[in-house]
Amino acid sequence: MSKTVPIVEQILSANDQIALQNRSQLDASGIFTINLMASPGAGKTSLIMATIQALQNEHRIAYIDGDIASSIDADKVATLGVPTVQINTGGACHLDAVMLQRSLPQLPLTKLDLLVVENVGNLICPSSFRLGAHRNVLIASVPEGDDKPYKYPVMYHGVDVLVLNKMDVLDAFDFNLDYFQRGVEILNPGLIFYHISCKTGEGLAGWLEWVRAEVAAFKKGGGDGYEIR
Amino acid sequence: MHELPISQDILSIALRHAGEAKRIIRLNLVIGDLSSIVGDSIQFYWDIISKGTLAEGSTLHFERIKARFRCSDCENEFEPVDRNFECQKCGGYKVELVAGREFRLESIEVE
Repeated sequence: MSKTVPIVEQILSANDQIALQNRSQLDASGIFTINLMASPGAGKTSLIMATIQALQNEHRIAYIDGDIASSIDADKVATLGVPTVQINTGGACHLDAVMLQRSLPQLPLTKLDLLVVENVGNLICPSSFRLGAHRNVLIASVPEGDDKPYKYPVMYHGVDVLVLNKMDVLDAFDFNLDYFQRGVEILNPGLIFYHISCKTGEGLAGWLEWVRAEVAAFKKGGGDGYEIR
Repeated sequence: MHELPISQDILSIALRHAGEAKRIIRLNLVIGDLSSIVGDSIQFYWDIISKGTLAEGSTLHFERIKARFRCSDCENEFEPVDRNFECQKCGGYKVELVAGREFRLESIEVE
């Protein structure tokens, strides 16, 4: 005689539960945390370095990088004098909440205002694994093409800020800004956009203002009201 | 993708709720069309990892939820066709996802 047992439980809730724990820890430590995602080569590390160079006298910043192998990115960022942690996933194509949880003790958590987590370069998997951050930032770049929001809808959904990098080479590519922007806005009403070039510095001021404003708002209001990213 | 850890998660949730049951016969999953989960891949791993557990020989049943959007401009709700996400009533593109990213174990049947 069989019977039905109701469950109604989210799959991958184990990762989500650890993401929640990470968030509690980050909130308690007063550390505003950004999860930065992009295809390989879009400019994640470049943007992070420009951000740290501009803001490190105003805020205490730390950096965690996820890559399958090497410490190339953490080594670069470490030259700026901020605490860094390099996660080598060994094969996993995304960071998850467990990996972040293991990294946090390596940072001086009582002495930080801002943590930037650079996810593994990948336009598919990171969006499925919450880390416990406050904001998701996606970096797209002009050479990738303007149709990516339409081809990768899952990744382009749940984004708080979209940074379009490499604007300095816009003329060399057939990139329709309106088509691109509409594709992302469809999935993220109210999305914040920045058009930048890490190389020339174009547009960076707007991005930096956003970071400053977010850190200030978080300091004032705490961690409630932010999705678990 | 990642259907192996997903299958493992399903198994662990099911076993946790099986209680005094001798066998899990069927698992009822709800999967949204935009959840990027592939049912065939879960089934493939499931048959392997459920061996030797209460869930050995059980069947997976997938209830699929179609993607559904609501237009912020005109409040129209619609099911997108062919990944065309613009509002079918007013053509606006400020749309919110109302359904389609679900992924949960709804219930299990045991004996």
